Amino acid sequence: MQLRIDQDAVARARRLAGAIVDPIEDFIARHSTVSVERAVARLCGIDGADAEGVPLPNRLLDALAVRAGGVAAALGAAVAETGRTPQQVAEAVAAGEALPDPAATPPTALRAALRPYVDAGLARIDAARRERDAMLARLPQARPPLLYVIVASGNIYEDRTAAVAAAEAGAQIVAVIRSTAQSLIDYVPYGATTEGFGGTYATQENFRIMRAALDEVSERLGRYVMLTNYASGLCMPEIAATAALERLDMLLNDSMYGILFRDINMQRTFVDQHFSRQLNARSGIIINTGEDNYLTTADAVDQAPAVLASQFVNEAFARRAGLPDRQIGLGDAYEIDPDLENGFLLQLAQAQLARQLFPDAPLKYMPPTKHMTGNIFKGHLIDAMFNLTSVMTHQSIHLCGMLTEAIHTPFLGDRALALENARYVMGTARGLGDELEIKPDGIVERRARDVLAGAVRLLEGVAERGLMAAVETGTFADVKRARDGGRGYDGVFAKDPAYWNPFADALAGAAATA
Amino acid sequence: MSLIKPYGDTLGDGAVQLSFTLPVAWSEAADEAARRLVAKMGFDDIAVVDGRAIASEFSFFVVYARTPVAIDVSQVRAPSATRDVLSLEQVDELIAERVGRKLKVAGACIGTDAHTVGIDAILNMKGYKGDYGLERYRGFEVFNLGSQIAVDELVRFAREHAVDAILASQVVTQKGSDIANFTALAELLEAEHLRDRIVLIAGGPRVTNLLAAELGYDAGFGRGTLPGEVATFIARRVAERVTA
Repeated sequence: MQLRIDQDAVARARRLAGAIVDPIEDFIARHSTVSVERAVARLCGIDGADAEGVPLPNRLLDALAVRAGGVAAALGAAVAETGRTPQQVAEAVAAGEALPDPAATPPTALRAALRPYVDAGLARIDAARRERDAMLARLPQARPPLLYVIVASGNIYEDRTAAVAAAEAGAQIVAVIRSTAQSLIDYVPYGATTEGFGGTYATQENFRIMRAALDEVSERLGRYVMLTNYASGLCMPEIAATAALERLDMLLNDSMYGILFRDINMQRTFVDQHFSRQLNARSGIIINTGEDNYLTTADAVDQAPAVLASQFVNEAFARRAGLPDRQIGLGDAYEIDPDLENGFLLQLAQAQLARQLFPDAPLKYMPPTKHMTGNIFKGHLIDAMFNLTSVMTHQSIHLCGMLTEAIHTPFLGDRALALENARYVMGTARGLGDELEIKPDGIVERRARDVLAGAVRLLEGVAERGLMAAVETGTFADVKRARDGGRGYDGVFAKDPAYWNPFADALAGAAATA
Repeated sequence: MSLIKPYGDTLGDGAVQLSFTLPVAWSEAADEAARRLVAKMGFDDIAVVDGRAIASEFSFFVVYARTPVAIDVSQVRAPSATRDVLSLEQVDELIAERVGRKLKVAGACIGTDAHTVGIDAILNMKGYKGDYGLERYRGFEVFNLGSQIAVDELVRFAREHAVDAILASQVVTQKGSDIANFTALAELLEAEHLRDRIVLIAGGPRVTNLLAAELGYDAGFGRGTLPGEVATFIARRVAERVTA
């Protein structure tokens, strides 16, 4: 099943996306954020929290006399002057000690002092990646679409039970949904957690608990079960760092989602997404972008060009952070009103278009949510049509729709029914997409053409105004966000000439040679 | 008296379908356990039509059974907040004639809830299912505060802008967070002596008008609500107050 696509329009879309993100990349190169710096601290081995529960990376950042040089220089100076480890330095700071002035230590000395810890952090990331590669070779996954389910009880131990049960029922990817407010808190909570709303806090310990449980069930089932969390919100880079250390396999990570849908400052988000994605590139983590949000908040038929435009922008940002296409899981969702005649054809057009435009990307297909009601019987049918679209168009990452969507966070039985639905439809129709040909100039092909043309027009408008101005004037999702507004703006700062981020340096080097 | 029972294929047969998961490995004993459990719930004529493993330690069941109990519908009261819905023009006219100024409406997903689909459907110009949202009305000045708005923040906003109506939305219901947030909002408005001046409305897929009344709200709107229904309610309620 192939659409005939105007390749000139595709090339033009990619050129425009490049022209849109390049000026932002210049901005990114000149700035850092508190969350980037806290990620650096974590990668140097700093973990734990003080008596009040404030994470040590936050205490360390708060103790910096000036941020502009970066936390690594301050940490390197402290290590050089005191002979302590970075963790001991952070503990001393939490106990009330001041940090030495990094300007008093020669740059070569402070860099040399921190170097072993930087190398150890990178080595941990690389070891986790090698471990994943080895497990995937030994415990191969089933064919895509990879069936992905969420767990969201609020209690990591109940989540663990649910995740293991889901894996046994056929899930290949398990995502732990975060507590609803976590994207807006400017620290990563510490330790195992059992209280959350609409989800479970992302913490390093929770990551470890889930990874261990999924490793065990992977061995038992003979297929590797992937773990997913969210590198979004105010702590994007820290989550990316923690996920890299604890061998998560996927992270939700979008270049604009936080700006539009969580009112996080755009400068903060642009800088944070870049370092996050550099880390993801090194750790082999597949990102999942959030285009589904354009569809859930507005009419899905109207918003189709916005989805495609966003996919091009996400791809451009991700490639510039060194992510190879095989790690860029661009998003889309099955959200067209079920009452619309031939709505299924429009879904098929959009999904097939994405498949052909991003052939090497592990596309992430999101299930219906907006038009799901308490009518679970109809909901199960809508999910079946979604499953059919996914297998026909060779989507890669398939978030299974729940018949109880819009009622409650999934019950254990709901997940089993959803997986059964997906396995049935994808099994019985496995080769359907390859058997059919798309009618030239039919409904599907015309729709795909219109969506691509619409996306190009949208990108032209954004390229003309510049991305930040476009966001300010409500080009995306009808949401207007000020350049200096939103959450987390006070955590953005310009780097001074002495700024040092040894991880960014190492990751940029890797990207250049990849 | 009008006693009725669930209807399968014969009046009064009391037929119901149930499905549930038990935390036990599947076996024939698990099927029997499911049947006995449903018997303990008070059902008769129980048929476990599907029982199977959905994981190593969990089994799923589909059960048909008959209930011996009935309900007298004539004794049930659950008044709807939706009656005689007015058109957009009629609402605007009602506000213009009886109030003589725009009504200020503030909407928000309160607490940590980030699900704005419902509140957006009611407030955004575009509306829902072809029914225009409140922003489209000449009679309303709409403040859509968005997601994750703290209750005290919403109350402060309501006072500073002297709003006429508040729409509080809750989608997430885990561990009773919706009830806690709705209650906190009503209590804070009461404490700040604002409650009597404001039409207070609860919304969300699990909200009913009955629930909203119990929580001290003027009205509650659940799944499938159209913007015009909410617009009509606000306009009528404020008009009544002006007249009174």
